[in-house]
Amino acid sequence: MDELITMTAAELSAAVAAGDVSAAEVTGAHLERIAAVDERVRAFLHVAAEDALAQAREVDRKRAAGEPLGLLAGVPVAVKDLFTTVGAPATCGSKILEGWYPPYESTITGRLRDAGAVLIGKTNMDEFAMGSSTENSGYGPSHNPWDLARVPGGSSGGSAAAVAAYEAPLALGTDTGGSIRQPASVCGIVGTKPTYGGSSRYGVVAFASSLDTPGPFGRNVLDTALLHEAMSGHDPLDSTSIDAPVPPVVAAARHGDVSGMRIGIVTDLSGAGYQPGVMSRFTEAVELLESLGAKVTELSCPHFRYALPAYYLIAPSECSSNLARFDGMRFGLRAGSGSAEEVMAQTRAAGFGTEVKRRIMLGTHALSSGYYDAYYGKAQQVRTLIIADFEAAFGQVDVLVSPVTPTTAFRLGERADDPMAMYLADLCTIPANLAGNAAISVPCGLADEDGMPVGLQVMAPPLADDRLYRVAAAVEAAFTARLGHPLLTESKGLDA
Amino acid sequence: MPITRDEVAHLARLSRLALTDAELDHLAPQLDQIISAVAQVQEVAADGIPPTTHATGVTNVFRDDVPARCLTPEQALDGAPAVEMQRFKVPRILVEE
Repeated sequence: MDELITMTAAELSAAVAAGDVSAAEVTGAHLERIAAVDERVRAFLHVAAEDALAQAREVDRKRAAGEPLGLLAGVPVAVKDLFTTVGAPATCGSKILEGWYPPYESTITGRLRDAGAVLIGKTNMDEFAMGSSTENSGYGPSHNPWDLARVPGGSSGGSAAAVAAYEAPLALGTDTGGSIRQPASVCGIVGTKPTYGGSSRYGVVAFASSLDTPGPFGRNVLDTALLHEAMSGHDPLDSTSIDAPVPPVVAAARHGDVSGMRIGIVTDLSGAGYQPGVMSRFTEAVELLESLGAKVTELSCPHFRYALPAYYLIAPSECSSNLARFDGMRFGLRAGSGSAEEVMAQTRAAGFGTEVKRRIMLGTHALSSGYYDAYYGKAQQVRTLIIADFEAAFGQVDVLVSPVTPTTAFRLGERADDPMAMYLADLCTIPANLAGNAAISVPCGLADEDGMPVGLQVMAPPLADDRLYRVAAAVEAAFTARLGHPLLTESKGLDA
Repeated sequence: MPITRDEVAHLARLSRLALTDAELDHLAPQLDQIISAVAQVQEVAADGIPPTTHATGVTNVFRDDVPARCLTPEQALDGAPAVEMQRFKVPRILVEE
């Protein structure tokens, strides 16, 4: 492999700033890698080769002119296809938006351009971010670079696969119920759900507005922190954005010290349904943290068992409202004939896939009069109780840990038409979304049964995102030292 | 409470989804299964517990009312399926009874 595609984002931006390599060469190397492997991985829906090279040449021009370069100068970033970027399509993995070019730029991609990043392409996803495998994409699934017969997770599966396949060192995703952490876990990379409100939703096509959280993917902890810092911060264009400084995530990623840190194991996130290989890697990671000086205790968050049902009432309810805008009148597909109402119903039937239809109808049911109190109202009360569980736990410990997802990457097709089985992939990640907490997935080894990667989830209170990176950096350093190399170099799925 | 195929057909109409009979046959039992599972929230003793709509506690965000740049009519209409006289052109809205 070309050295430029295996370098970290931190190394690439330093090399570009020093003039050791041009941003155009870095982008060119990644475009070549995409051309070589993406036919098999299918991480990308749209690769903006000419546009990416033009962005890279602009970074090179700035350097030659002595202008200041940003934190991510010349670093390619893959972008989940629900961020709006001017000049590229945004399909959200849906046929209803096929061919739509957004007229405005998301705050986050605008910030990344300002930081010198090169937006290299738009990545595949479950339609409107609903799913855990990318199999709900209207454009076919992505494949896990560790084993092409398996899913890369989802909904941000294209972004995770692109980073794991060395098609980009960094990628953007969104996490509504686990859609960054679960694909990061099953692809053996790092992914963070920042504190809700810490990263702007302006220009991020909405699924469930009170839960949707944009966040970073990277092959290592420091790179992920660099992207986290570059994308984050208050945005007046998002009224739920928090007006507070970005937590010191990069500094924390450079100092992975957990001595004296109080770490709590959530006992409710284990047991039946968890793959033995996932649990043994999790137990080892906890022992490792203890050996590094952390004080580990077990504690219970009794309402977490209701997080999954509460989520599958709240998220579909918000989705049924948000997706009402796709009506065939102002943008996207228009199908059928007759009155406006008939055209709307035919457009939505033709443009949405099965999972989106299921969720819209589920949300419509949960919000309808006669059922509202028993479903949506009750789920919102459960949300309060889950927040209270977290607050009680964070009174005793600094961070909580659990597996990211109960199993390693499943096989393509295995759960495709079994929605309840698919939903279980988010069992451990949903509580942090309901509470708005920060959480990360960091690789902690391979499962014995199938040789597939396993992730450790670390959860922190809102606006304590830096704690995630302290723990993740410590885990990464210890595992890399034990193996003698980064875990991802053991991925052989693309060697054939 | 089980959900019937007729109720699912009603939900589809409310949701403006023109589903085929085959889709209704497929989706009705799945929705019934999902709704039975999520109904677990009703087991939770939550009397007197206030609902949470939003996790951050941020409320009513205001800004000064100052003019700013916005989309041009051409940009706003650029992705529309049909346009006439700088407006979105839509199928008839009122239907004769």
